[in-house]
Amino acid sequence: MNERIIGLVKRVNGPVIEAMDVSDAMMLELVRVGEVRLVGEIIKLEVESAVIQVYEDTTGIAPGDNIYGSDMPLSVELGPGLIGTIYDGIQRPLEEIFKISDQYIERGIQCPSLDRDKKWHFIPLDLEAGFTVTGSMIIGSVQETERVEHKILTPPDMNGTLISIMPEGDYTVEEPIALVETQSGEKQLFLMHRWPIRSSRPVTERIPLSIPLITGQRVIDTLFPIAKGGTVAIPGGFGTGKTMIQHAIAKWCDAAIIVYIGCGERGNEMTDVLTEFPKLVDPFTGRSLMERTILIANTSNMPVSAREASIYTGVTLAEYYRDQGFHVAVMADSTSRWAEALRELSGRMEEMPAEEGFPAYLPTRIAEFYERAGFMKTLSGQTGSISIIGAVSPPGGDFSEPVTQHTKRFVRCFWGLDRQLANARHYPAISWLDSYSEYLDEVTPWWEEQVGTSWVQNRAEIMELLQKEVRLLQVVKLVGPDALPDSQRFIIEVCTLFKNAFLQQNAFDDIDRYSTTPKQMKMMEIILTYWRRGYQAIRRGVTLVKLRRIKVLQDIVKMKFAISNDDLEGFDKLNDRLERALNQLESIYV
Amino acid sequence: MSDSTILYETQKKLLAGREYIGVDRIDGPLVFIRKTHPVGYRELVECIDENGCTRLGMVLDTSSTIVVAQIFGGTSGLRMPSTHIRFRGEPLRIEVTEKMLGRIFNGLGQPIDGGPAPVGDEELNVNGKPINPTAREYPRDFIQTGISVIDGMNTLIRGQKLPIFSGNGLPHNELAAQIARQAKIRGAETKFAVVFAAMGVKHDVARYFIKSFEESGVLENVALFLSLADDPSIERLITPRTALTLAEYLAFERDMHVLIIMTDMANYCESLREISTIRGEIPSRKGYPGYLYSDLAELYERSGMLKGYKGSITQLPILTMPNDDISHPIPDLTGYITEGQIVFEREMHGRGIYPPVAGLPSLSRLMKDGIGKDMTREDHPHLASQLFAAYSYVKDVRNLASVIGEEELTPLDHQYLEFGEAFERKFVTQDKNENRTVEETLNLGWEALSLLPVEELHRVTEEELEKYYG
Repeated sequence: MNERIIGLVKRVNGPVIEAMDVSDAMMLELVRVGEVRLVGEIIKLEVESAVIQVYEDTTGIAPGDNIYGSDMPLSVELGPGLIGTIYDGIQRPLEEIFKISDQYIERGIQCPSLDRDKKWHFIPLDLEAGFTVTGSMIIGSVQETERVEHKILTPPDMNGTLISIMPEGDYTVEEPIALVETQSGEKQLFLMHRWPIRSSRPVTERIPLSIPLITGQRVIDTLFPIAKGGTVAIPGGFGTGKTMIQHAIAKWCDAAIIVYIGCGERGNEMTDVLTEFPKLVDPFTGRSLMERTILIANTSNMPVSAREASIYTGVTLAEYYRDQGFHVAVMADSTSRWAEALRELSGRMEEMPAEEGFPAYLPTRIAEFYERAGFMKTLSGQTGSISIIGAVSPPGGDFSEPVTQHTKRFVRCFWGLDRQLANARHYPAISWLDSYSEYLDEVTPWWEEQVGTSWVQNRAEIMELLQKEVRLLQVVKLVGPDALPDSQRFIIEVCTLFKNAFLQQNAFDDIDRYSTTPKQMKMMEIILTYWRRGYQAIRRGVTLVKLRRIKVLQDIVKMKFAISNDDLEGFDKLNDRLERALNQLESIYV
Repeated sequence: MSDSTILYETQKKLLAGREYIGVDRIDGPLVFIRKTHPVGYRELVECIDENGCTRLGMVLDTSSTIVVAQIFGGTSGLRMPSTHIRFRGEPLRIEVTEKMLGRIFNGLGQPIDGGPAPVGDEELNVNGKPINPTAREYPRDFIQTGISVIDGMNTLIRGQKLPIFSGNGLPHNELAAQIARQAKIRGAETKFAVVFAAMGVKHDVARYFIKSFEESGVLENVALFLSLADDPSIERLITPRTALTLAEYLAFERDMHVLIIMTDMANYCESLREISTIRGEIPSRKGYPGYLYSDLAELYERSGMLKGYKGSITQLPILTMPNDDISHPIPDLTGYITEGQIVFEREMHGRGIYPPVAGLPSLSRLMKDGIGKDMTREDHPHLASQLFAAYSYVKDVRNLASVIGEEELTPLDHQYLEFGEAFERKFVTQDKNENRTVEETLNLGWEALSLLPVEELHRVTEEELEKYYG
């Protein structure tokens, strides 16, 4: 590596280092500090001085230590071999580090992000010499995993004419596969290229969102859907199940690639993902879920500045796969930890704080991150999307704090987690009162076309009932349930059924953990049948007690466990039984 | 490495032997020294007062002009001109050995029981290093504590970090001691050890724990690190790190299953705030520094199990919530890092329920993988879920009853009230020495559920109902 000394350490204050005698340094340049070569990045430049944020523990760094420049910004390596790997916040492969330094992460380890020895079978496109090569163009492909056909892209800033391309064969990521004549001379192309994490990769244009990201979670898909290319925030205090929802979506959503960023969270949670995902089978392809997943783990005890970088690393990897024409879902758990890392670094740099000690540029940074999501037409003419699902951990579960509030401004879907529901072990604890989705209108045509035309009315009907229930419960709290007429108590009854039978979903049950859209639709229709017919019956004089005693109700509550995704007839049968029971009941009162 | 670099590094090593006479400023536990040789960040500092006593400290901020160090022994009695300062060129390390079990130390790992300092087998950096997530083994071994509300509803798993959120005057020490006494892995005889770290607690509390360990005959398996209420507050910052360093050594070098009790985390955080304020840092909530989360995570994440190692570290931190407020920064940030929490409720304590564990806010995140068939009993997951659901409804009914009066409640709600009472009095309540097997616990749970009509039990299966209900 061509190293050059660009300055000396002047002051060490946690992860922030002030440098003196700085010459020839570049803003956001990747640097290495001291003889242990800690990775850092220049975040401020002045005449002869600079501020560096260091991504590793700075214990032992002393004034006067050398700072080495690398002449490039902090970048990630993009190429085959990303899938199935677990990286830290600055894309160092943790499994390789484990081989080098055993159970603890030593400092100053330099380890290539992509395996340098592994050969990939490259199949070039049929391109002639003299062909005009532009940025992000597909020049061939590599079968990365059984389910991911990795398209080899030219670097996004490439422009020139093709001189030659290598024939089909096995290559490592460092062996040239093509030669291109550019304005600045001949350039070799490889299976991998680099891209700085803080700039988004260019695309042709944004396409309006229209397809839902199906998560298999009923409360999400049916009540608060997210579109492919959309953004959503999940705020909730500790123990409300943010991570459980993130895991469930990472497991069962219908994106082709998952980037899971564990940003400042628990070590064991990442281990859970690492041990569980390879065993789970994707319902769409029958392959292991690890074959579509990239993990970024920067747990809470790992250096705080790498936590700041981790979400950019993750979203850059996502953009790379989007440019190949994949639908990518990014889970960021949790963006609050990232914001706190910003706050800590800002505090160490003695910047003037805005709200609660957070720097004034917090909203800008949040917006920049979420705007990297979207449904795009890529430079290569493909379409691909990035959906970002960000967890927020508000202190004290108070949604009025700055990170939640600013995030709300930049996302269009909001799944507020409710402490009361979590306490009653009602999971997913997504509150149907606080949450909203602005994607509803966008995805409605898809549902109507693919699943059923009555979807939007059904959803509206049930939402209305849930709203009515809140008001009724307030009355009950004051005067007791007996004061309400049967017709109103029946609303409460139906809502309770809906919560137990539909909204609650057991992530650990083999059948219930994932519901297809037709199953969701059928389940909702059965509950609505009970509501519509039951309401009629009450008006004819049937008492609530009788309605409650219908035997088939027990089966409706348990239908989510009992009837599998493929067994749609099972739901029709259940519906028939319900209708018969209600007919019988009504016949007495005619 | 170039020649000039080698020269510089050698110079740095030689200069490390220098001793400085006189400091430039003393502010609380911090000393400021000007014009030193290049001093490393977090380096160990020896501060020698005029009587020749050495106090240890750590570098908090270093620059070419001034070095700031915090002195763990406190700064009282130091004179500016006559204080000698030495920098050791390396971070604080302690000597660790199995022989530390059965002994009592101060927060820096120096013996205070009158015995000689044990000869260490290894010298380790107290700050530890982050564990590689890929090296971790996911914890799934059930620990039977013999306490129903924990075993049944908030199961403790080996390698878990499960704090007790308590308040002043609540029996958290009793519960922690009971867990330490009774905890065992079913059907396995393993080497175990308890490491006890006391930060700013009263002498009585320390004595209570020592006595409790003595009575149950486990004292020779316990290492105590005491930094009590009248010790310098700054020492509390290093106490848990020293204790965890020993715990890591015992678990991963000596194959032991270590339970570490840390009390009281609130005092630790107060000390952190003290230092932060003196240094003039920008505070976040309630004056606590912005890095409180990262700092706590450095402690709490030093637990768990590792691939290829037999031992484990299970953490049981105790913290008293200021003003019983669970949204206070200390319990709040702790809850975001730990794998669940056991929350005490003053109202239950007032009604004479021991342990006064609040049913709903308590949670064990690792429970799902450690219970059920082959681990506890096949009905355990559904039973726990059903108990939570039913008890949560009881809370609603009680609220309703307090407004409209019990007479106005429906017959079903009355049944729920009865269930709630039975749950609290028979299932939760137990004696301070009572050690229940998990089967006893689960049967008690079913006994309480049997007070409810069968249609209300949505979360258990038909087979389970047939086998256990009624």
